[in-house]
Amino acid sequence: MSLAVGGMVAGAIYLFLSRQFLRILFGVILLSNAVNVAILTVGRLTQGQPPLIARNAEIMAQGVSNPLPQALILTAIVIGFGLLSFALALGWRAYQEMGTLDTSAMRVAEPEDRP
Amino acid sequence: MILTAILVIILAAAVAPTLHRVLPALSHWLLALVPLSAACWFATLVPGVAAGVPVLETTRWAPSLGIALSFRLDGLSLLFALLICGIGAFITLYSGGYLRGHPRQGRFHLFILAFMAAMLGLVTADDLISLFVFWELTSITSFMLIGFNHEDARSRRSAIQALLVTGGGGMALLAALVLMGMASGHCTLSAIAASGVDLRAHALYPAMLVLLLLAAFTKSAQVPFHFWLPNAMDAPTPVSAYLHSATMVKAGVYLLARLNPTLGGTEPWFWALTIAGGVTALWGSAMALRSTDLKKILAYTTLMALGVLVLLIGVGSDGALKAFAGFLLAHSLYKGALFMGAGSVDHGSGTREVGDLGGLWRKMPVTGLFIALAALSMAGLPPFFGFVAKEIVYDSAFSNERYLVLAVLLLANSAMVAAAATLFLKPFLGAPTRAAAHAHEGGLALLAGPAALAGLSLLFGLWTALPQGLLAATADAVRGAPLGLELHLWHGVTPALGLSALTLALGAVLFLALAPVKSLLAGVQKVTRIDHDRAWDCLLNLVEVLARGVTGWLQNGILTRYLTLTFAGMLALLGSTLLLRGGMSWPGMTLSVGDGLGLALAVLMLAGTLGALRAGSRMAAILSLSVNGLSVALFFLLYGAPDVGITQLMVETLTAIILVLVLARLPFLPAGADRPLPAKLLHAALAIGLGACVTAIMLSILGQPLPLDLSQFFGDTSWLEAHGRNVVNVILVDFRGFDTLGEITVIAAAGLGVFALMKARKGQGNRP
Repeated sequence: MSLAVGGMVAGAIYLFLSRQFLRILFGVILLSNAVNVAILTVGRLTQGQPPLIARNAEIMAQGVSNPLPQALILTAIVIGFGLLSFALALGWRAYQEMGTLDTSAMRVAEPEDRP
Repeated sequence: MILTAILVIILAAAVAPTLHRVLPALSHWLLALVPLSAACWFATLVPGVAAGVPVLETTRWAPSLGIALSFRLDGLSLLFALLICGIGAFITLYSGGYLRGHPRQGRFHLFILAFMAAMLGLVTADDLISLFVFWELTSITSFMLIGFNHEDARSRRSAIQALLVTGGGGMALLAALVLMGMASGHCTLSAIAASGVDLRAHALYPAMLVLLLLAAFTKSAQVPFHFWLPNAMDAPTPVSAYLHSATMVKAGVYLLARLNPTLGGTEPWFWALTIAGGVTALWGSAMALRSTDLKKILAYTTLMALGVLVLLIGVGSDGALKAFAGFLLAHSLYKGALFMGAGSVDHGSGTREVGDLGGLWRKMPVTGLFIALAALSMAGLPPFFGFVAKEIVYDSAFSNERYLVLAVLLLANSAMVAAAATLFLKPFLGAPTRAAAHAHEGGLALLAGPAALAGLSLLFGLWTALPQGLLAATADAVRGAPLGLELHLWHGVTPALGLSALTLALGAVLFLALAPVKSLLAGVQKVTRIDHDRAWDCLLNLVEVLARGVTGWLQNGILTRYLTLTFAGMLALLGSTLLLRGGMSWPGMTLSVGDGLGLALAVLMLAGTLGALRAGSRMAAILSLSVNGLSVALFFLLYGAPDVGITQLMVETLTAIILVLVLARLPFLPAGADRPLPAKLLHAALAIGLGACVTAIMLSILGQPLPLDLSQFFGDTSWLEAHGRNVVNVILVDFRGFDTLGEITVIAAAGLGVFALMKARKGQGNRP
């Protein structure tokens, strides 16, 4: 699983380094997935035992999966989705205003002649 | 009490602008009372200190860092404190008259009093760190004072130059003090001196010495850092009179004198100080003879005097240190008076050019009288204190048989005689000029300072017993052992007296033959032409060009470049840490039966990633991302996180829908076209490297035991305390409820942002 995370991070970074806005966005999606998997993985993997307290018990049984990473990931997924939708909207507007999605050509704040 | 004195002056500085607004005509009189009373208080301490009992006081400041506000008042500190407060009082008064009606007069008082407090702290500080803090404060306040006429570009430039040079020296001082503290194990000057640790034998002595000399030479404008002082004369005259005669430029001299017992007396110390001091003295004399502006003449003679003081510390014999104490006092008195007198001439006649001045004696007789008195002291004529000081200077050099030093002193003093004559004779007794026609006497405020200082020059000369005790204590402090100094106006017929006569004769010759001497000096200067000012500008330009180049290279507005550099930095830091700290580990893999499915999902995730990388069309890209996202969702489901899995599934679906909707309206570049091959390789290397780092980090985390206390706590309490059986849900809405609230806020903000962006029509809003 660590290898999968590493691979996803590598892919995300490669996409980040693109000049294409959309590909950077794909990188964001990939990285967010990679981080979520990483969080669950370092919280140790336990197959098929959700962290629920049985009806007749008062405390959580031994051997169920770790609840804390799951809570963190839930937050992270939602935030990631918010980020993605905002970035998409931003990109769309930028395209409307500037007619390009090439980040090298978006030089309104830092024009070419005035570094 | 010393701290109180400093704080009171700071307080006076703080109220100065308000006071000036309320009482514009009286404020300088009131403000001058503050340093004057401080001076009186210091004067009451003279008998005790002269008897060899220094005043000590300590206030806790930052005990955890071993920093205390400790002050110590021995002869040297007391002499400086008296000069600072005494001259400071007259300067405050004088500036009130000089800047009468100036719109920023209140601010000026603020600056000069703040500077006074900093300077007072500097000469009394015993703690190494407080010493540095006060040192830097003097640099900063003097920057404000030199740049007081901030509308003037020259003034600004001079101020920045002074700040950079002395500030650079301040950095060196900090390093030197830290080294001294480390080497000796003590953090106050007196403790270092008393501990008997011989810093001179320490392995770090050369480093300490170089740094310390750098600090002292920049502050006291010794060659080759002398260029800022004449430029700093753009400041209003009270500033020149105060900073550049008695106080700030003497801070470096003070530092050298203060550390003479701890660091001095070695061969490198001797050579560095005598050479720098001697060259400065000669250069200052030469430039003083060449100048025609009253203030420039005084500035260059100040350089000469600083050179002589440094030279005397460098020689370091008993006689030289006695001479140091005497000359220090004499110079401060007459130079303060002369600067203020020159300012009055400028104020009254509107010019400081010697050539434009003449016949002022009739118009400004009182100013003229005091300038004459001070000039006579500067020329070293009896019965002025300047004469007494010069006699002991000559005496020390002669008795040590340092004839080269003697020659330098002789030349410098002759130039001083000529400069003194230039200052007085032509402007006051020469033929009346147009500028002099409308000259007028300044008010009482302008005359009090020169009167007091010139008067003291005369008084101390006639009554040498008066300053003797303090000067003896000063010389003792510089030596670090009792010396026994005696001052006499009349020594009898000694070699020193003969040298004085020779000096006068030489000075007279120099003055009478000023024109040929000037052209000769000009010729000499042409040969040894080093334009420090231009070199300074070049240096600053170079720094600026370099900075612009670096900025242009690093921040060229191309996002890819920024990201590449960021990732490269991350890779370098992470990778090197992993390699150096041995973070790489490969835990034994144990595959159980159920892991087959997990493995398959991992492969799917990677496949999705690869697909997204290579996607040539929008649909392919979205599909690959979905493969990735869905396999992540399944992975969550598989490993006991159904809530997470369901959420991921939902979000994934939404993402796919939104992407399809948006991508339909946006252009898409196929994978291969967006970067050239070298960039591709570089980026791939970076990406793979960072991916490998992440893998390595995760593997090493997995190799460590996981503390489960927190999860155990949640598991134990979620039913009993929060009444929920789904532990994950309880954590989200109960234990970490505020976190979830924050998350909801973020989502709401993002939603609003998206909404606003969608509503914004083309051409609306603030487009740059």
